[in-house]
Amino acid sequence: MSLGTFLKSTIDGANALRTGFGITFRHYAEQQLKTKPVDTIQYPEERREQYPRTRWRHVLTRYDNGLEKCIGCSLCAGACPARCIYVQAAENTDEQRFSPGERYAAKYEINMLRCIFCGFCQDACPTGAIVLRKDFELSDYTREDFLYTKEMFLEAAPMETMIPASTIGAMNRENAAK
Amino acid sequence: MAIELQELNTNALNAQGIQVDALDDTTMVINMGPQHPSTHGVLRVVLELDGEIIVRATPHIGYVHTGIEKSMEYQTYMKAVTNTDRMDYLSAHINNAAFTLSVENLLGIAPPPRGQMLRVMLMEIQRLASHLVWIATHCLDLGAMTVYFYAFQQREKLLDLTEMISGVRMMPSWIVPGGLRGDAPEGWFERAKEFVDNFPEALEELENLLSANPIFRERTQGVGYISVDECLGLGVSGSTLRAAGVDYDVRKAKPYSGYEQFDFYVPLGEFSDVYDRFRVRMAEMWQSREIIKQCIEKMPEGAINISDRKIVPPPRKELDNSMEAVIHHFKLWTEGFHPPVGESYVPLESPKGEIGFYIVSDGTNRPYRAHMRPPSFMNLQALSTMCVGRLMADVVAVIGSIDIVLGEIDR
Ligand code: SF4
Ligand code: SF4
Repeated sequence: MSLGTFLKSTIDGANALRTGFGITFRHYAEQQLKTKPVDTIQYPEERREQYPRTRWRHVLTRYDNGLEKCIGCSLCAGACPARCIYVQAAENTDEQRFSPGERYAAKYEINMLRCIFCGFCQDACPTGAIVLRKDFELSDYTREDFLYTKEMFLEAAPMETMIPASTIGAMNRENAAK
Repeated sequence: MAIELQELNTNALNAQGIQVDALDDTTMVINMGPQHPSTHGVLRVVLELDGEIIVRATPHIGYVHTGIEKSMEYQTYMKAVTNTDRMDYLSAHINNAAFTLSVENLLGIAPPPRGQMLRVMLMEIQRLASHLVWIATHCLDLGAMTVYFYAFQQREKLLDLTEMISGVRMMPSWIVPGGLRGDAPEGWFERAKEFVDNFPEALEELENLLSANPIFRERTQGVGYISVDECLGLGVSGSTLRAAGVDYDVRKAKPYSGYEQFDFYVPLGEFSDVYDRFRVRMAEMWQSREIIKQCIEKMPEGAINISDRKIVPPPRKELDNSMEAVIHHFKLWTEGFHPPVGESYVPLESPKGEIGFYIVSDGTNRPYRAHMRPPSFMNLQALSTMCVGRLMADVVAVIGSIDIVLGEIDR
């Protein structure tokens, strides 16, 4: 290699390094001086923005008067590509009313390990009962803990419409006996 | 000593049913992968080396085989869309569209203009996101770590767009037969516009970091050459083929979803090496941005889905006051629709190459057979041709340059 080419390649290399490190240092300076928004966040203290359509953990919703929206039709189970929903319907009676229609879901279980969060259950539900909301921190220790039951999905009822827990227990026993 | 090691190695490989039959005693067979940081997933390359020169490179695949095509045959057409997301997980929208267009071809339907254009926009967003992951990981393999962070910063913005419209970042299943599952939410086009405006600066920065860098050029220029004939013989498509100078982009050659309305060009390379593939993909990113920009400007008003209630469920508000709508809704979500007997294949341009689903319908509500033409699989076959006679370190550069996703190769 002649001295000329050696010098030339050295200068070229130095120039390229200057461009590269220039960019890196510019970013560094921007972050330090906070002239540009920082893209990383300090999870879990800070949370990133979530959007209205976010599809995470399911919720079984209620009407304003506290009745459950779910009518136990099992359409969500039919629409689920992972086949992870199990619904067992039972009849409403006038004394024990859970939902406006004839039937309600006595059991509603989703195997969250199988769920792929596709949102088809939400699209299929005719009453808008099952919806996917924003809670995404779903890790747990044992596989059994991922079998979510109706109690875990159900939205808290408004206070004044709450059925006492003892009544629900009695109703469940009755249903089980049927 | 070397020969003994060689024998040990060969025996171990033979025991696993892998034929190595080294050419002669002076070569050495080694494994690269399946757990190697630069093999982009679980790819294993069995390399036969003469010193540090590669004599043969044989990719071994199947480590993430899930039988996903088979399981599609047990889903209705609508539900099978969720399986396509998980094949090439970096370009979910485009996989959805590939399956959907094939089914729509069977049914003989096409969504209204707004649906078409929204699809194009989502697909281009996905192409950009996929290319950004490619450049990030490719450069990481070559030792340029900074690029990774800047590329992922931009990709984050694209995933935000996907999340805004579909609710998830990676597995949207948003493009379904008949149209899309939902229109763009409020403020989505403004966010997209903001991205389009700010992206050139970031892209230029990425280019500046790399294209003049002597180390990057040394590692990539002249490496991984493959001739046009070999490309065509092996079925290579996508940017790898275009880097060899063949003007074949499905978006231009066989326009689908209304790509003919857009003004963009197909970048070509001339030397067919790793550096050219880099240049071609960089230029493609500029073109994708161009298409997204045109989409935002031209987006027509109107419906996104076809109005055939036998294929697309009725809008929710109809359910409350029309019994017919309820019946259609129940029927679609439990049974789905029945395409006529026949078969169909519609090619699309994915970030990796030509993708398409070959679907056979026997008239029931589930595909009799659904097979994907995986571009990564075809492109990977060219690995051996590209590597032979080069140094071992070049394998890393070549694997990065053909942009493979193992989820798609193994399915
Ligand atoms: S989100 Fe999808 S996989 Fe999960 S329960 Fe609903 S339908 Fe099933
Ligand atoms: S959640 Fe909806 S679809 Fe599922 S059983 Fe209840 S009402 Fe039916």
